[in-house]
Amino acid sequence: MVDEQIILSAQQVNLWFGSKQILKNIDISFAKNSVTALIGPSGCGKSTLLRSFNRMHDLSPDARVEGQFLLDKQNLYAKDMSVTQLRRRVGMVFQKANPFPKSIYENINYGLKINGVPKSERDAIIEGALKESYIWDEVKDELNKPATRLSGGQQQRLCIARTVALRPEVILMDEPCSALDPLSTLKIEELIIKLKKDYTIIIVTHNMQQAQRVADKTVFMYMGEIIESGNTHDIFNNPNKELTNNYVKGKFG
Amino acid sequence: MNLAAREYVDKTVKQLIRITGLIVILILTGIFLMLLYNTFAFFRHIKPLDFITGTQWNPSGKIARYGILPLLVSTCLVTLGAMAIAIPLGIGTAAYISEYAGKRQKNILKPAIEMLAAIPSVAIGFLGIVFVGPFIAGATGLPNGLNALNGAILLSVMALPTIITVAEDALRGVPHTYKEASYGVGATKWETLLKVTIPAAAPGIIAAVMLGVGRAIGETMTVLMATGNAQAFPQGFLQSVRTITATIAIETGEVPYQTTHYFALFAIASVLFLITLLVNVIGEHFVNKFRKYHSA
Amino acid sequence: MKRLSPFIEWGTLLFCTGIVCFFLFVILYDIISRGAPSLSWEFVSSQPTNGMTKGGILPAILGTVLVTLTTAAVATPFGISCAIYLNEYAVDSWLTRLTRACIRNLSGVPSIIYGLFGLALFVQGLKMGTSLLSAGFTLGLLSLPYIITTTEEALRRIPASTREAALAVGATQFESIRDVVLPTALPGILTGVVLTLSRAAGETAPIMFTGVAFYINSPAGYLNQEFMSLPYHLYMLSTQHQSIEVVRPLAYGTALVLILVVFLLNITAFYIRYKHSKNGG
Repeated sequence: MVDEQIILSAQQVNLWFGSKQILKNIDISFAKNSVTALIGPSGCGKSTLLRSFNRMHDLSPDARVEGQFLLDKQNLYAKDMSVTQLRRRVGMVFQKANPFPKSIYENINYGLKINGVPKSERDAIIEGALKESYIWDEVKDELNKPATRLSGGQQQRLCIARTVALRPEVILMDEPCSALDPLSTLKIEELIIKLKKDYTIIIVTHNMQQAQRVADKTVFMYMGEIIESGNTHDIFNNPNKELTNNYVKGKFG
Repeated sequence: MNLAAREYVDKTVKQLIRITGLIVILILTGIFLMLLYNTFAFFRHIKPLDFITGTQWNPSGKIARYGILPLLVSTCLVTLGAMAIAIPLGIGTAAYISEYAGKRQKNILKPAIEMLAAIPSVAIGFLGIVFVGPFIAGATGLPNGLNALNGAILLSVMALPTIITVAEDALRGVPHTYKEASYGVGATKWETLLKVTIPAAAPGIIAAVMLGVGRAIGETMTVLMATGNAQAFPQGFLQSVRTITATIAIETGEVPYQTTHYFALFAIASVLFLITLLVNVIGEHFVNKFRKYHSA
Repeated sequence: MKRLSPFIEWGTLLFCTGIVCFFLFVILYDIISRGAPSLSWEFVSSQPTNGMTKGGILPAILGTVLVTLTTAAVATPFGISCAIYLNEYAVDSWLTRLTRACIRNLSGVPSIIYGLFGLALFVQGLKMGTSLLSAGFTLGLLSLPYIITTTEEALRRIPASTREAALAVGATQFESIRDVVLPTALPGILTGVVLTLSRAAGETAPIMFTGVAFYINSPAGYLNQEFMSLPYHLYMLSTQHQSIEVVRPLAYGTALVLILVVFLLNITAFYIRYKHSKNGG
């Protein structure tokens, strides 16, 4: 295997909500310009792990995180790490498309504006982001239309555009296709594969086929622990652990 | 704006909002403390037992009397009368709106009830003087119609919107499956309403009644204007009565600051506060019970 | 139970509904039909004269407008900010739940008790005297629980994912509240505020001992002076005037103006709500 550049990693991570431990001894790292799928049955902690990479748990007062998260050798949870800055570098696409209740244009413009991108540069970035997310052709004539009037698949691609417009280093995707029809899902999967060129992508998914179609690496989690991780092909075709085999063969989950 | 400035603004605003939030909460608890403080001041002058069991309220008499009973009985009498009118009418109306009225009728009835709720109490009190009073006087042969009955009628009008709205919510909240099951075994619409829908919505309907009672007990202007405000111990619906709220309204304007009489008004206000609090807490308990029961 | 015929069953409920509607009809008909003859440009634009038996109610209209504006100025910022604190910042603990329960129950506290509190705190405690400001502050306190509750409801309807969307593009929590949460909740908040103010405008008991007066000399009062108001004017004209029968037409006119003011505010609130629900909310 070629020398990989690790961009994001978690070491010895434990996470609690109140007294309930959700993540146990997580050790994981992500190579630059790769797609990693997190799979596992509901409640195994994969979404929780994903959300700890951009500190979305900061707003839940009963969440407690232990261990070390490194983004390009910087500690994510260090005192001098600005969470605002961090979230710009680690973008996120959510399970249910959540465009702002504003126009299509404003949806992308907002992040640029608050992050201080000069006004003169924004139009070009917005067009670029929409093109990058394969939605430009569908919306270019109605950029002032409310984003909530778009279809579910279009909304999700808009949310991806909103994220890539900020040029993040890592994009987290939390079951981005779970609310979409098969055709829209296919479009988003194509998009993910294309985005790999410029970004590192971590995707949580329930859909085994999707993981096999888009991911280079796959991580199988169960009850808050990482059971097995490796190349997607290996995880699905000859896993080392019985539990993994049972899950990917659809025997539970 | 650069990042440091933005994060500074974020922190400052958070503190500011927290402080204003705490101030509001402090002031609102202050209401409770103020009542408590002045009530204790009152009990330094008058024995609590005399206050609770006294049958005479006459602070400006030769020997000042501070018995709350006549006021309390007046308040209960008027509220009871109001509920005797408002409960059947309110539940009947709620049942009609939720079970019988078509979409078009609903679109007229609901705004009409919101309109009724919006009419200021002083305007309803005014109608008690110019409309209900003469009507009662004419029907009973009394010299004037300013009595407990008048107050009860007006208070029922004030309580109706609350009762109808909350009871209608409760009836509408009963799952369709219940009604379908009832129709399925051959029950008529009426039987279903009486034996299935209303029992299933009972906690919500009790809540509606409680909130209506709370509204009626605390009303000031209508009873002040329509019940005649006689200081004697109430004898019946056709006698003039004087409720707790009316007493506070009449006497607060004229008492000197921090006299026994002044404290006495806070003491009866505390009683009023406790009663409405109790009624509202019970009402809220039933609202929550209804929600829990049907969301489970 | 013996079965009634469906017609009688339906009729019973319709009868109840009919009586309720009849109440509303009587109230509106009596006030409108007997108040309308008193209504004129002169009535709403001039001072009362001849010991209140002639002239208009301009100072009472201005007083009601001013005291309602004062109420809005006090209750809106504090109420909204308290709701933001409770819904966006406060940790969900027994203390916050208790606070919420207290605030909900405070909206059931009789308005006359707020009047007593206003008297003790503003008029006497803070030595503001009986004045428009004292009365406005008292009505402001009365309005706070309603505004907090309705604002919180409007904020709670916004899904967490909307807030997270803003945070995920690098907004601070304040920016996400200012730019996304508040604009989305605005119609709901406005409806609650306007409805609350319409209630405050019609209240009499809380202002009786905190600042309202039956008669003042100047058309518009100052903040530190007593003021006239529509509901109190109606109360005095119908119960305390020495020649009650003579001023009855004026009382009807005042009642009509008061109801119009209150309905106008209500219609504004419903319009905001209606327009918002039409826009797909």
